[in-house]
Amino acid sequence: MFANLTQALDFQGKALVLRSERQRVIASNIANADTPGYAGRDINFKEAMNAAEESAALAPTPARGATSEGTTHPNHIPLQSTMDKAGGPKLNYTIQTQPAMDGNSVDLDRERANFVDNSVRYEATLRFINGSSKTLLSAIQGQ
Amino acid sequence: MSMFSIFNVSGSAISSQSQRLNVVASNLANADAVAGPDGQGYKGRQVVFETVPMGSDASSGVKVSAIRESNEPMKRVHNPSHPSADADGYVLQSNVNPVEEMVNMISASRSYQNNVEVMNTAKTLMLKTLQMGQ
Repeated sequence: MFANLTQALDFQGKALVLRSERQRVIASNIANADTPGYAGRDINFKEAMNAAEESAALAPTPARGATSEGTTHPNHIPLQSTMDKAGGPKLNYTIQTQPAMDGNSVDLDRERANFVDNSVRYEATLRFINGSSKTLLSAIQGQ
Repeated sequence: MSMFSIFNVSGSAISSQSQRLNVVASNLANADAVAGPDGQGYKGRQVVFETVPMGSDASSGVKVSAIRESNEPMKRVHNPSHPSADADGYVLQSNVNPVEEMVNMISASRSYQNNVEVMNTAKTLMLKTLQMGQ
């Protein structure tokens, strides 16, 4: 019963972690806007969120004899995971919009727009969490 | 807490950009300097940026890996009345191009501002996260 209560919070919590992760990646891109040869990175939020949901759904009930890759036989080919080895979201490379002589693929205007977009969404997620926790609290107190 | 590393990343970028500004300032200050008695004039300098991994794969900062001297030829100005003029009346001046340096300065200060803004936004978000559930 309590699991149902906190399900919405769990979802928003995962979204918050991914948003902060993406914020970090974009901050690195902006920091390296002048570094020769730097390739911009980004997280596909939709994919990462799906992967986080899937891993959470799989984690509590691992199949009997299953390995960490989700295979049940050593000769099975593991599915391509959208999460990297460290458990963080998969990092993709950004598309270069304006080729530069120094090999830097960061488009500063786009990164700034992404940064603002991501911070607004981060704040929205925070408000959702605050809203659900207020709802829960008022339901508990019964006032 | 993963968002703390934003301060490291942006901080490294800010310090690299301020180093670049310093180099630009010294180039501009010496733009008109003439060669001394040893015949060696001031050579323009440029910083070289390099990516440094910070903790995980996702965050990478910047550092100044080297400060290189420009190989462009010195400016030769005909000024026979100058005390350090050579036999033909030419004075060797530094090879700094002031217009290039001004552009470099604007670029550095814009990048600096961008990184300060990133840090401020990260700080605001973290403070709001601290107040979660209140």
